Amino acid sequence: MEKTKKKLDAWQEFRTSPKYYAKRIRMRNNLKNFLLGLFRFIIIVGISYVILAPVIGIITQSFFSRQDSINPMVFTIPINPTLERYEMSLKYMDYLPILGRTLLYVGGVTVLQLLICSMVGYGFARYNFPFKKLLFGFVVVMIVVPLNTIQFPLYVTFRYFGIGSHTVNLLKTPWPTIILTAFGCGLRSGLYIYIFNQFFRGLPKEIEEAALVDGASPWYTYFGIMLPNASPAIITVAVFSIVWQYNDSFFANTFNISDSILITRKLDTLINVIANGEKIYTIREQQLYFNAGVVLVLLPVVIIYLLLQRRFIEGVERSGIVG
Amino acid sequence: MTVKERKKGFRLSYEQRNSVRGYAFILPWLIGFLVFYVGCLIQLVQFSFLDIKIDAATGSRIDNFVGLGNYIEAFTAHATFKQVLTSSVMDMLIDLPMIIFFSLFVSLMLNRKFKGRAVVRAIFFLPVILSADAVGAAITRAMELMNVGVSSTSQEMTMAGGVSVSYYIQLFGDLALPPALLEYIVGAVNRIATIIKGSGVQIILFIAALQSIPGSLYEVAKIEGATGYETLWKVTIPMLMPHIITNTIYTLVDRFTTSQVVQLANETYQRYNYGLSSVFSLTSTMITILILGLIVYLLNKRAFYYN
Repeated sequence: MEKTKKKLDAWQEFRTSPKYYAKRIRMRNNLKNFLLGLFRFIIIVGISYVILAPVIGIITQSFFSRQDSINPMVFTIPINPTLERYEMSLKYMDYLPILGRTLLYVGGVTVLQLLICSMVGYGFARYNFPFKKLLFGFVVVMIVVPLNTIQFPLYVTFRYFGIGSHTVNLLKTPWPTIILTAFGCGLRSGLYIYIFNQFFRGLPKEIEEAALVDGASPWYTYFGIMLPNASPAIITVAVFSIVWQYNDSFFANTFNISDSILITRKLDTLINVIANGEKIYTIREQQLYFNAGVVLVLLPVVIIYLLLQRRFIEGVERSGIVG
Repeated sequence: MTVKERKKGFRLSYEQRNSVRGYAFILPWLIGFLVFYVGCLIQLVQFSFLDIKIDAATGSRIDNFVGLGNYIEAFTAHATFKQVLTSSVMDMLIDLPMIIFFSLFVSLMLNRKFKGRAVVRAIFFLPVILSADAVGAAITRAMELMNVGVSSTSQEMTMAGGVSVSYYIQLFGDLALPPALLEYIVGAVNRIATIIKGSGVQIILFIAALQSIPGSLYEVAKIEGATGYETLWKVTIPMLMPHIITNTIYTLVDRFTTSQVVQLANETYQRYNYGLSSVFSLTSTMITILILGLIVYLLNKRAFYYN
């Protein structure tokens, strides 16, 4: 009896002590954090599933053999995996040479985008000139009015490119894209100019003042000092530009760029080419080849993205896109 | 500038020199904008009044002036234009708040520190790679044809799971939710795949914006005893308001370029009906810009700029 009372007293004392409250609060916080973590985990897994599921489906299907594709018991994991789909797709897409040309085209256009857009962004960020506000408004107009709106005039411009009656037909070549990009009107150039403008505005003015005092010319200040310091913005724009240019269908369709330059255009015709070449008439099987083609086409850009991904996200955070 | 010129009084003031240099930097873009963008917009307006034929033999263009004929045809005679236009605009308006809310929610979630954050961020940006134009269209086509593995709309899921969705909708209807709201939510659930795919860039922008909010504001809120909920509404959202506007612009333009009406214009143009296609492009762009302007104006009134 005595013992129990003592215990009870000790408990009472503990319950009113600050220690007890600290413990309760800690436990409550732990529980709250655990539940929040669980909630976040479930949501993230769910959303990731929606994003990744079609990708996983396409990748595994590309290994399906004919039996697997017919067998209703096979779901996602093939029983008799085969590499034949890849062999055929590689062969009929003429994969490596065309991929090389595509990467050259995309890389070249990206370098042009970086050069021109950073220059324009810098000009807007650091120099004062008449009509600056109005002209920057035009950059926003370029973001808001997509190129899709002027698709047909663009087509006409490059179908009959030149002055007066001296015109050349630039369709089917990569020149329209290159010319447009070189004049700051490429794919989403407005957005890139905006990003660079925001970034350069965030850099301290003292750097250039020092350069000016030391007698550096504006061009040297820009190429020698500002551009090397702009790596976060450059990475951001480079990733956007590579990914969007590679996946672009607007320029490809409008200017009918030849499929010996663009691998994504080759993909469009892959099913028909394989179906005719290999005498495959069931849609189900044609699709298997197509899956392999999609994987092959996506692979380079996914690899590039994964390599640059960490620096890309840091770049977005530091480049003051949002600033 | 040579010494001789300076003596003649050719010297520009500092400001004048600065403006010349400024123009030098933006010159390539300025030329491109005036020649290609403005030029093409003017041409587009011209084309919308013309009936254009391309001579098959010589490849030369034959223009006939038809006045408002194309406009009249688009709005009175064309079978699907008005319908497609309204449904595209409705789609844009429905998707916009959902994408903004979703990307805001996800970025708030991803902004915390937890294990595997880098991987999750990489996954969430993946749709930008996968669903962009060329390959995205191919994948969609593949999914339609194959009916593979994963169903991403609620309708398909319920078909597979044997659950009656209408029962649950009924259930919420009995809770006396307004039918319009209910329909919107059901629509949202149906569009979940579209919304997730459409918010890759927005999530990244919001994460970047969240990182740029000074930590001192949160410290103050904490010391003053604000709860997490209050901090969200009094600190985070006001600080994000300018970026919500940026994202609204991006989302609307992005939705517009992938909308049905742009596709319709594209199809019309591929059928060599250039004048009509120009009318479609012109009117749909004007409407989008009007909507955009209105939304940005309304949001701007409530926005608060820290700097």
